[in-house]
Amino acid sequence: MNEELKAIWRSLFDWVMGNGPRPENEVIPPEPPPDLPFTLKPKDKYSRFHEATLKERYSQWVEIHGLHIFSIVYSGLSVLTCVVVVSLLLATVAELPPFGDEKNPANNEVIRRYVEHGGHETGAQNIVAGLILDYRAFDTFGESAVLFTAAVSVLMILGASRRNKQDNELSPNVNEDGKNFLQRGPPIKTFRKDDAILRGVATLSIPVILMMGCVVVINGHLSPGGGFSGGAILSTALILAANAYGFERVHDFFNERTFIVSSSTALMIYALSKGYSFFTGANHLHSIIPKGTIGNILSGGLILPLNICVGLIVAGTLYGFYALFSEGDM
Amino acid sequence: MLEKLLLNHYEAAAVILSGIGLTNLLLQRNLIKKIIGLNIMDTAVYLFLAAKGYVAGRAAPILLENGSGGWVTSSSVYVNPVPAGLVLTGIVVSVSVTAFALALTLKLYESYGTLNIDEALLRMTEQQEELEAKVDEAEEGILS
Repeated sequence: MNEELKAIWRSLFDWVMGNGPRPENEVIPPEPPPDLPFTLKPKDKYSRFHEATLKERYSQWVEIHGLHIFSIVYSGLSVLTCVVVVSLLLATVAELPPFGDEKNPANNEVIRRYVEHGGHETGAQNIVAGLILDYRAFDTFGESAVLFTAAVSVLMILGASRRNKQDNELSPNVNEDGKNFLQRGPPIKTFRKDDAILRGVATLSIPVILMMGCVVVINGHLSPGGGFSGGAILSTALILAANAYGFERVHDFFNERTFIVSSSTALMIYALSKGYSFFTGANHLHSIIPKGTIGNILSGGLILPLNICVGLIVAGTLYGFYALFSEGDM
Repeated sequence: MLEKLLLNHYEAAAVILSGIGLTNLLLQRNLIKKIIGLNIMDTAVYLFLAAKGYVAGRAAPILLENGSGGWVTSSSVYVNPVPAGLVLTGIVVSVSVTAFALALTLKLYESYGTLNIDEALLRMTEQQEELEAKVDEAEEGILS
């Protein structure tokens, strides 16, 4: 009994340390043909399974199967995570107060205060405009600054690197068949077809789009809209012009310098005027900014100029994103 | 529970959308698709906020005229105006983050020629090893 145990232990030990019993299904690589003694090659350590130690076998197995098994476990776990998160959230949603009910805790005294006193306190007919550009104007200032910072960082990442691109770097390009490929050297300006239909439609619609954008920006305190949505409409006019007439034509009146100057001026005006308004308001001083009567175009105190500032920043930023991502330059 | 979910179907849809976005973010290996997943999650948050601000049968929060030259300022006429402001903040931040992430992705594609994150990491390590080998060679050259 003891002898048998010892034999089993020895064979197990041999298997772990290498030189163990040969597995039955092992494929033995053919022996190299006998060669001259001077050209003997060193024996391949991994050629026979039973000669490798357990650690070597493990690392070999990990090298072959590890990534596959990891990806299976990873996708299974991520699906499981998502299902658990969604079911927890759904259980929470089921306990929420009913949709569209006026007794919801979200409709509390804050909302009552904003709606009942917002009109005569801010002078804006649009309560949301009064909310975001008067009560919470510093928040909107932060948003404009975030947009401006994002545009400047994209300009830094894409614009500067393409200007002093080295010759051995890869850059994406489009060949005549419209297929993308990578080429060495700086990107060549892609050839744009002169499209008569696009050009005609753009000539007709760009003035209308510009006018629509201006209306949405200027009427921000009277109707739905405001600086952000109006600025987005203005930027679509710029993008359409760039597509129809080419970036060079837009570059003549809106380039990187124009963008930086107009956006920083708008941010500065915003910060100074709203800073003055908050300073006088917080210290109970007399403010020289008239509120105007609700419903007039010149009403709402600072909301109209602030909307124009925000519209300028948003239009420049969104056009800048488009130009930077398609041309690499503004 | 299902009845309550049907009552709050906008919120339930927002939660499911956010789950889809999270799955996309975790499972996709393509960086552009990952960014799309992030955007789906953002959209879910906007839907949730807009649904929380809605009150059935009420008007948009723009003051209405009351017929005698004044304005209706009763809070029982308009929906909640605060979620509109919050969604605006969310949209702006999401646009900025998306643009920045896409710019970084473009730079990665220019450097490694792939959008797949695993392959990019693989090529990164290869380049690093090549660089180290070159540095070693140069050092040996200087020493000898």
